[in-house]
Amino acid sequence: MMDMVKKNNRFKSVFSRWETMLFLIFIIFNILMSFTTPYYLNAQSILDMTFIFMEKGLVALIMTLIIITGNIDLSVASTMSLSSVVMAVSFQSGINIWVSVLLGMLAGTFCGFLNGFIITRLSLPSMIITLATFSFYRGISYVILGDKAVSGFTEKFTYLGQGYIGSTKIPFPLVVFIVLAIVFSLVLHKTFMGRMIYAIGWNENSCFASGIPVKKIKLILFTLSGFISSFAAMFLTARIGNTRPNLATGFELEIITIVILGGVMISGGIGTMPGVIISIFLIGTIRYGLGLNNIPGQIMLIISGALLILSILINNIVKNFSKLKPLRQ
Amino acid sequence: MVDKRNSNTSGSLVVKFASIREISILGFLIVFSLVISLINPVFISLDNLYDIALDTAILAIVAVGQMMVILTRGIDISVGAGIGLSGMIVALIIKDTANFNPLLAILIGMIIGAAMGALNGVLIVKGNIPPIIATLGTMNIFRGLTFIINYQINGGQWVGADKLPEAFKNFARGTFLKIPNLILITIIVYLIFYYFLNHTTTGREIYATGSSPESAKIIGINVKKTIFLTYVITGILVGMAGVLWVARYTSAQTDSASGFEFTTITAVILGGVAVAGGSGSIWGVLFGAILIGAINSSLNLIGVSPFWKLAINGGIILVAVIIDAVLARNINKALKERKQI
Repeated sequence: MMDMVKKNNRFKSVFSRWETMLFLIFIIFNILMSFTTPYYLNAQSILDMTFIFMEKGLVALIMTLIIITGNIDLSVASTMSLSSVVMAVSFQSGINIWVSVLLGMLAGTFCGFLNGFIITRLSLPSMIITLATFSFYRGISYVILGDKAVSGFTEKFTYLGQGYIGSTKIPFPLVVFIVLAIVFSLVLHKTFMGRMIYAIGWNENSCFASGIPVKKIKLILFTLSGFISSFAAMFLTARIGNTRPNLATGFELEIITIVILGGVMISGGIGTMPGVIISIFLIGTIRYGLGLNNIPGQIMLIISGALLILSILINNIVKNFSKLKPLRQ
Repeated sequence: MVDKRNSNTSGSLVVKFASIREISILGFLIVFSLVISLINPVFISLDNLYDIALDTAILAIVAVGQMMVILTRGIDISVGAGIGLSGMIVALIIKDTANFNPLLAILIGMIIGAAMGALNGVLIVKGNIPPIIATLGTMNIFRGLTFIINYQINGGQWVGADKLPEAFKNFARGTFLKIPNLILITIIVYLIFYYFLNHTTTGREIYATGSSPESAKIIGINVKKTIFLTYVITGILVGMAGVLWVARYTSAQTDSASGFEFTTITAVILGGVAVAGGSGSIWGVLFGAILIGAINSSLNLIGVSPFWKLAINGGIILVAVIIDAVLARNINKALKERKQI
């Protein structure tokens, strides 16, 4: 027992450091950026820039839980595309927009459920199954919509992705994100469910042996992943105002980058929600700041790749040079 | 899983299972081809088979590397971006130079690829970064570099067919002893790696490392070196594939082969390589790659809209993995019964 308590403290000390480091990078980056363009440090532009990465942020929240259990969901972006396409097609056929949204989200939730069902029923690695459904779901989007695009959604719908709260200048998606971020943080850090999620990431077999409903939790998480993905897809569709089958291409890798950069261990068991939330804003502001400075998106690719590698490399180096024993063997 | 591999009694059954997997995918390939050629006889014509082989060649070459990495319980997501980068660099080197020796171009590609693979290997082995994360990072870096190099040297223009030397373009179309060059290279790669994986110490060490890294370490295998090696070899194959890609499609674009990593992983899994590492054969991977090529070709021939391609590819891998899991479960059951006796 004592050993366990000690271990827990050690995590806290190491990873509170990781989050502080991330936060410092975030602050330093913002200060540097405000020197480069006078337009940067402006309350309105800071609020507005959250529009462009809230969808990824929403999915990153659920991805965090999934990665902490030692699993991964590569199909999130394809699920986003499929649910958006289902929504658009039903809208086009004359169904009320909100009913269409509901249908799209049902489709997305079912995608997530199917992932979870196959993974838990056959005890298969989530990476392989979601890799298959990654092609499968996006393939179905292509089958449904081909090379067409759907646009012309009603204004009430586009409000989801473009609107502000009342007469204030606070973006609606930002508020939704903050609410969900708080909910997810509470679930992960303050509930029994959250403890079970960590436990599964540490050792799935012993969790199973000690009576934790491992399969049920995994099924719930993957279904929830489908649900949140389709939810985010509605915001994305509303923001850009149209839908194509190639919607959100490459989002899965970007979302995983955000989660890993936030201090979550890909092998599971380690990571915190605040870290991921800081990471969402860090990646978002880097993208926005570079855009303001006319730096092409391709450089952003290199930076996010390098950040991903460095975030783990620095962590490992710190571990090697500190007096602490390695965290995981 | 572990005790299955370690117990002697199960050894022969596991081997049998592996060969069953190869036979089953070959069987599926034959049945599939028969059905398609009944619908449209053009499928079985020599011209079409030739096209399938040419289209599969590059996939098959990269799949060998991906297979070795997966054998050691890793994964390489950077292969698509690697193909783009090596193809772009080589295309920029050889453009506007008449009669650049194609073999030299391939060699340059392989050197670039080895460097890319070594970077992956160092990050994974020395930096202790999980393979999926390290190669996810390098994927972004390679793709970004491709854009930047192209932008700096060529002003963001693609290197089109008109800029590439004649000898280089002819190489992809050319034949040697009536065998198309691309297919010849693929055959050579497969023969070399069949020998390497099955009949050399290093090859067997790759299997041992993936099967159980701890045991491999105990019996004196340098696990880190072995893992490093698989990434370098994959890099070399990727570098080669990058040059062949440019030769085959006669252009180097900044988004060449994007998403190709998923196709190679699909081929490897279809070929029966266990994602948990340690088992799988090179012929299974070859059949997996050919099956993907055959499916893609057949869609056009039986008049299915190309938009079905992705869904069918995804569906087939899903079905293959599920059947595999059910089979493996039954075999495990059989093993347990044997143990009880």
